[in-house]
Amino acid sequence: MDLDRVDEIIDNHRGEASSVIQVMLDIQTEMSWLPREALTRVNERLGVPLSRVRHIATFYKAFSLVPKGRHQVHVCLGTACHVRGAPRVLDTVEELIGLKPGETDLDLKFSLETVNCLGCCALGPVIEIDGKTHGNVSTGKTEDVLSGYE
Amino acid sequence: MTPLRTPEELAAYRQRLADDRPADRPCVSICAGAGCLASGAGEVIAAFETELAARGLEADVDTRGTGCPGFCQRGPVVVLHPEGTCYLQVKPEDVPEIVTSSIQGGQVVTRLLYEDPVTGERAVHENDIPFYRHQERTLLEHNIRIDSRSIDDYLAIGGYSALEKALFDMGPEEVLEEVKKSNIRGRGGAGFPAGRKWEGSRNAKDEPRYVIVNADEGDPGAFMDRALLEGNPHSILEGLIIGGYTIGAREGYVYVRQEYPLAVTNVTLAIRQAEEYGLLGEDILGSGFDFRVMVHKGAGAFVCGESTALMTSLEGRVGEPRPKYVRSNVKGLWGKPTVLNNVETWANVPLIVNRGADWFTGIGTEGSTGTKIFSLVGKIVNTGLVEVPMGMPLKDIIYEIGGGIPGGKKFKAVQTGGPSGGCLPEELLHLEVGFDELTEAGSMMGSGGMIVMDEDNCMVDVARYFIDFLTEESCGKCVPCREGLRQMHRILSNICEGKGREGDIETLEDLSEVAMEASLCALGKSAPNPFLSTLRYFRDEYEAHITEKRCPALSCKALVSYYIDPDKCRGCLICMKKCPSQGIEGVRKQIHVIDQEKCDACGVCFEVCPSRYDAVVKISGEPVPDPLPEEERMIVKVAGDE
Amino acid sequence: MSDLRMRIDGREVTATEGMSVLEAARGAGISIPTLCYHEALEPHGGCRLCIVELDFGDWTQLVVSCVYPARADLVVRTRSEKIDRLRRTILELLLAHAPDSEPLRELAEEYGADRNRFEQEASFCIHCGLCVRYCAEVKKKDAIGFIDRGIRKEIAFLPEIAARECEDCKECFPLCPTSYLQAAWVLLDAQAFGA
Repeated sequence: MDLDRVDEIIDNHRGEASSVIQVMLDIQTEMSWLPREALTRVNERLGVPLSRVRHIATFYKAFSLVPKGRHQVHVCLGTACHVRGAPRVLDTVEELIGLKPGETDLDLKFSLETVNCLGCCALGPVIEIDGKTHGNVSTGKTEDVLSGYE
Repeated sequence: MTPLRTPEELAAYRQRLADDRPADRPCVSICAGAGCLASGAGEVIAAFETELAARGLEADVDTRGTGCPGFCQRGPVVVLHPEGTCYLQVKPEDVPEIVTSSIQGGQVVTRLLYEDPVTGERAVHENDIPFYRHQERTLLEHNIRIDSRSIDDYLAIGGYSALEKALFDMGPEEVLEEVKKSNIRGRGGAGFPAGRKWEGSRNAKDEPRYVIVNADEGDPGAFMDRALLEGNPHSILEGLIIGGYTIGAREGYVYVRQEYPLAVTNVTLAIRQAEEYGLLGEDILGSGFDFRVMVHKGAGAFVCGESTALMTSLEGRVGEPRPKYVRSNVKGLWGKPTVLNNVETWANVPLIVNRGADWFTGIGTEGSTGTKIFSLVGKIVNTGLVEVPMGMPLKDIIYEIGGGIPGGKKFKAVQTGGPSGGCLPEELLHLEVGFDELTEAGSMMGSGGMIVMDEDNCMVDVARYFIDFLTEESCGKCVPCREGLRQMHRILSNICEGKGREGDIETLEDLSEVAMEASLCALGKSAPNPFLSTLRYFRDEYEAHITEKRCPALSCKALVSYYIDPDKCRGCLICMKKCPSQGIEGVRKQIHVIDQEKCDACGVCFEVCPSRYDAVVKISGEPVPDPLPEEERMIVKVAGDE
Repeated sequence: MSDLRMRIDGREVTATEGMSVLEAARGAGISIPTLCYHEALEPHGGCRLCIVELDFGDWTQLVVSCVYPARADLVVRTRSEKIDRLRRTILELLLAHAPDSEPLRELAEEYGADRNRFEQEASFCIHCGLCVRYCAEVKKKDAIGFIDRGIRKEIAFLPEIAARECEDCKECFPLCPTSYLQAAWVLLDAQAFGA
């Protein structure tokens, strides 16, 4: 845990209490989760009560209190994808990688999340893996999309 | 860049830009919006750069990754300037031919032009394509013309001239009058008149005052704000600065969701550029007006699109709404007068200032002036962003611009207004889209999502989907929303799973009343809309689910069954191999049978069965026919089979 | 501070500037049910039971009285068929969490709420937030807070602070309208400090 880096992030936001969410987002982006020591540091440096830091960390969807897998699988459940069959695609993904949304497997290979709209509605249903968008995914095609990630 | 200190310096700089870039200079514009990037626009841009460099043309022809022009369905979209030739679904391998034929040879590559699906006619320019022809694109038209990361591009098309006009020719009172006269209503949801909101803040005694861009676009299936932020961030910034000037604010915020990383990057860059140019910061263009803008990233909570929750979030707290008995334009961020408007509202401000309120009210209807961008998605031929004058009938948007329903399917409903909007049936397709018209019909304008559904979509499932979404996104502060939606979701799920009971509809109606009347914020108050509107127009579907355990759209998984029609199955093994539950018995050249015990109705067999056989049948509310006895499953060879 | 005159349930009531409608009513001895209100705390507006109707002559408006500011000449109704119906459903929703809570049962009786209308929920916290707000606003300890949101929202102690502060305080316990808070404490005590 690099607490110096956390301090730098806090300094970048001039240590203002109102920037607590921005600070936590930067930590999340950098470390892909929010380690406990980092949150304690945020609490100490910004003077924001730990209870509030913890509520923020669990209220907003961007934050994770556990480490994430090497490959982030995002299944879009936006309305356009939904009406084009995304729930069935999600079922198939869950079956294939053995995870429910919000879960990460033990060897930290995949993390599965659902998202509300990726803005690529023309391509729905859409799965995004590590930032790469796979469009027009049907249940039959899901396996092909997921293969090739190690 | 030394900051521009006077309007004259700005004018001189703008002139220099014009001299440097003659109108006839060749330029390749490639949409680099999210949809086109997902379809491979990044590779197309790279291919153009490589190809032009290889032919020594890079000094004469510009390549520009631009914002989204809206036609996501046919992306990546490429437009060649100055001719305005529009190529669709361009692939990297098409690039050498485009350079040779069009850029060097002045010829059109016909196969890449839009082809009318009915007449087969080709369209050379954007405006010849029906998708664009019926639109009125005052906001989106610039997206394909500018590199969104270049303030010079924005200045070259007249950017920041409205700010200059506001600061030096008009003054705050006149700007306010113009905005009020334009009668522009908020594009984010409630449709509150922006001018009145501004006036309330300007007249509030308290200081400091704040202006905020609400770019926490969270409606699933809506991405118009994203397109504007990514494609033309300076237009929003210019609107915001004018707003700040008008109400007497010195600080503004852009609250943008972090799920839009490109939007965050582009708007942050735009702010830095505007500061460098002296268009933001102290004493803007020598006017004496100081203004600065901060970016705040939203951390993923739909409820933060609600104004008080957004402000709470800006203050560094969880985004729980506050009671609104004193309006936020009087008591908002940090308890101070705050004007919060949506991205699209702010983007309209420079147009209103430049072209005048009369021009603006000349577009649209009396109650709903101007244009509105809709994101037209779902079961529609042309998915994309469409900007139309308010008052255009739904059917024109869906059929003339959207090209109708794909696959010969029948239209069932269009859902407008985001998760807490409503579903409108076929008999309301004549409805003219406007704030009041949509509300009267039980839906709303919202931020402009328009999701088209066909006969395969179950309206109970759609209601369940939205209530599920809102339950997930409820902040949990007040009981009617948190507990009411929890129960509504449970009942709707039960109905979709065939566990609906007599009295469920009445309970849902009771819960709807409590949510609408007693919830703390707009999320809860409008949450029952998806249920109420589908009940109003599709009550028979609810009743079929509850009393007959039948899903008329053959959509609800728990209520559908699949079987293989023995007369059609050719024993090809495809469905058997693809079935994730190993639920299909069969050997080559024998009729396959679905084991109903193992089947979890995923529908893969239905999807993969070759269309020439079409042997998998989907049913609901009726018993599955008994399978053939094993000894009768051998397929007798039919003449013509391979 | 100037005096404001308003009418509540047909009675002339005097309030002071800065008061809420609820406080004005209570000051005049008019009872409005609440579950998340406490005079020592900032109003929360979460349970919505204190909903009342304002009569403006031509139109009426439902507002939540604990957060609605008292104003001169307001005409307030604290009971009506509609208000009672809303309160009844709210109570039924809460009874799904805490069917045995004494204050809830009393109100259920008054409003005819059916404690079995909705399927029972696992947690008997009704999210009034009294414990959380009391600990933050009065005790300034922040030893307990909310986590998560929506239907997954819960109260939770912060073990490191609770270990230090709570044993001798426990002032929040009697505030809890259900007995959930004690249960949460017992659990924490067992896990963290070894009962």
